[in-house]
Amino acid sequence: MIEILTYPFMQRALIAALLTGLIAPAIGTYIVQRRLSLLGDGLGHVALAGVGLALLTGTAPIPLAVVACIAGAVVVELLRQHGKATGDVGLAILFYGGLAAGVFLSGISGVGAGGLAQYLFGSLTTVTAGDLRLIAVLAIVILVTTLGLAPQLYAVSTDEEFARTQGLQVRFYNIAVVSLAAITVALAMRTVGLLLVSALMVVPVAAARNLVRGFTAALICAVAIGVVTAVGGAAASFYVDAAPGAFIVLLAITVFVLSWPLSYLLRRRRLAAVPELVDDDELVASHTVTESHPHHHAPGCGHPAVQHGDHTDFIHQGHRHAAHADHYDEH
Amino acid sequence: MLLEAHTVLAAQDLTVELGGLPVLRGITISVRAGEAVALMGGNGSGKSTLVRTLLGLLPHQRGAVRLFGAPLGDFRDWARIGYVPQRSMTMLGGSKVKEIVAAGRLARRRLFRPLSRDDRDAVRNAIALVGLSDQLNADIAALSGGQQQRVLIARALAGRPDLLVLDEPTSGVDLEHQRALADVLAGLLSAGTSVLVVLHDVGPLGGLLDRAVVLSGGRVAHDGPIGDLGQHGRHLSGHEHLDHGQPVVHDHDTGTESLLGGAIEP
Repeated sequence: MIEILTYPFMQRALIAALLTGLIAPAIGTYIVQRRLSLLGDGLGHVALAGVGLALLTGTAPIPLAVVACIAGAVVVELLRQHGKATGDVGLAILFYGGLAAGVFLSGISGVGAGGLAQYLFGSLTTVTAGDLRLIAVLAIVILVTTLGLAPQLYAVSTDEEFARTQGLQVRFYNIAVVSLAAITVALAMRTVGLLLVSALMVVPVAAARNLVRGFTAALICAVAIGVVTAVGGAAASFYVDAAPGAFIVLLAITVFVLSWPLSYLLRRRRLAAVPELVDDDELVASHTVTESHPHHHAPGCGHPAVQHGDHTDFIHQGHRHAAHADHYDEH
Repeated sequence: MLLEAHTVLAAQDLTVELGGLPVLRGITISVRAGEAVALMGGNGSGKSTLVRTLLGLLPHQRGAVRLFGAPLGDFRDWARIGYVPQRSMTMLGGSKVKEIVAAGRLARRRLFRPLSRDDRDAVRNAIALVGLSDQLNADIAALSGGQQQRVLIARALAGRPDLLVLDEPTSGVDLEHQRALADVLAGLLSAGTSVLVVLHDVGPLGGLLDRAVVLSGGRVAHDGPIGDLGQHGRHLSGHEHLDHGQPVVHDHDTGTESLLGGAIEP
């Protein structure tokens, strides 16, 4: 593990992966909340148009990809806001227009569509010192915004109309979210690649939501998963000599799959924290009826069931509920 | 008009078209300070459209809206308004109760600042007021429909608004929780808050209401004391609670205690 740190290109690649792992889930949390999980995919295709333009003009690809991505994102958001296109039609136009433009521009530049491959799935050796500086600066912008404006972005992403009645400039925040997502996509093309970056924006968020409760906790957990899988995947790809994007995404999906049994174990641990069972005499003495209880507990209702003497208790928000006549007792 | 200065919400000759079809035609409505007004009418009568237009969430083609005396376009004092949308309009699953309610403080917060102690206190008090103090950290998706509705009310209350606007807060909520909501509103009214509430049925809230505005076909069909509603009958249930159109004084333990167990702040 130490030897890969002695290669300067690998140092740059790992730092780029670390930054991608930080920012992709941070902005992805808001994208997923707004049910725009596939936005990153559309933007990845638009970034290809920027790359094609860079190949044609012989300039650095990341800045042009950033510009193309932001332009595409803002256009789609404006179309959505003005009701000219539903979310999925706008995304489809992004997908196809961006991909076609990228292939076309790289074709007439003489490089050919094959030259785009390293941007599709990531390429560790291509991260230059200049790239890294740009990635670091923009990553700071994204982190400061997604964490510092978290209360505002949260409100806009969960309940747009309520956010407006709080005096928030909802249009501005919506454009900010898609623009930050656009920057993230363009920056990630060196590490995860344009076709797979969307996975790093979505999969860690989905896994985090299984593991922890609440929006803020899920945001932090998703960023942690993103960092571990991005750095881990980039390092692994060095040894196997394959595109890093595939490793990073497969690692993230592994975490997502493991999050199901893990969340089950976490629930069991919370269950074990419930105080010891009391004697039946005490039970009768302390006949505490739960307050209003519209939910009917039954096996498979989602609340963990525990055998308690001659009956079954259901763990409900840290309380043990036992059916008694027409109500539930606190046990 | 003598009461002009005390009008918290006023709309004059409001016309709204959605997709080219007129939904509201020349609506004039007002809510005075401390007043509780019900907005009623059948499905499709334009109740929700009117409420959302009054708050600037939908554009209007003609007429004018004033909030606390200011034209809607110039109104900036959003902390004075607490909005409770219909539950189905939100995407709040995956959020903790206290996270959702904290969003109700945004109009009072500055950018890039954490929640102040005052913010935290207001959030806790609002949650206590609707009786959900034991669910602070629960995922809203794990709560019952009535509890979810109370979370949205707590969010609107967290900003300590002068005008509370509720869009069908009783739909899909059982009678027991409708009564609990009535108690919360009674406490707010006694503290001087104004209320505009969209209702399908009067229900347990009837005793609190000063006035009902009934919409029909995008026009105001009735605007007056709720006791007069008898002739419009069909949406009025439980009007035996009403005091024949007299202003109802809701005697409620001096407004310091709610049935739900939370203390109401004066």
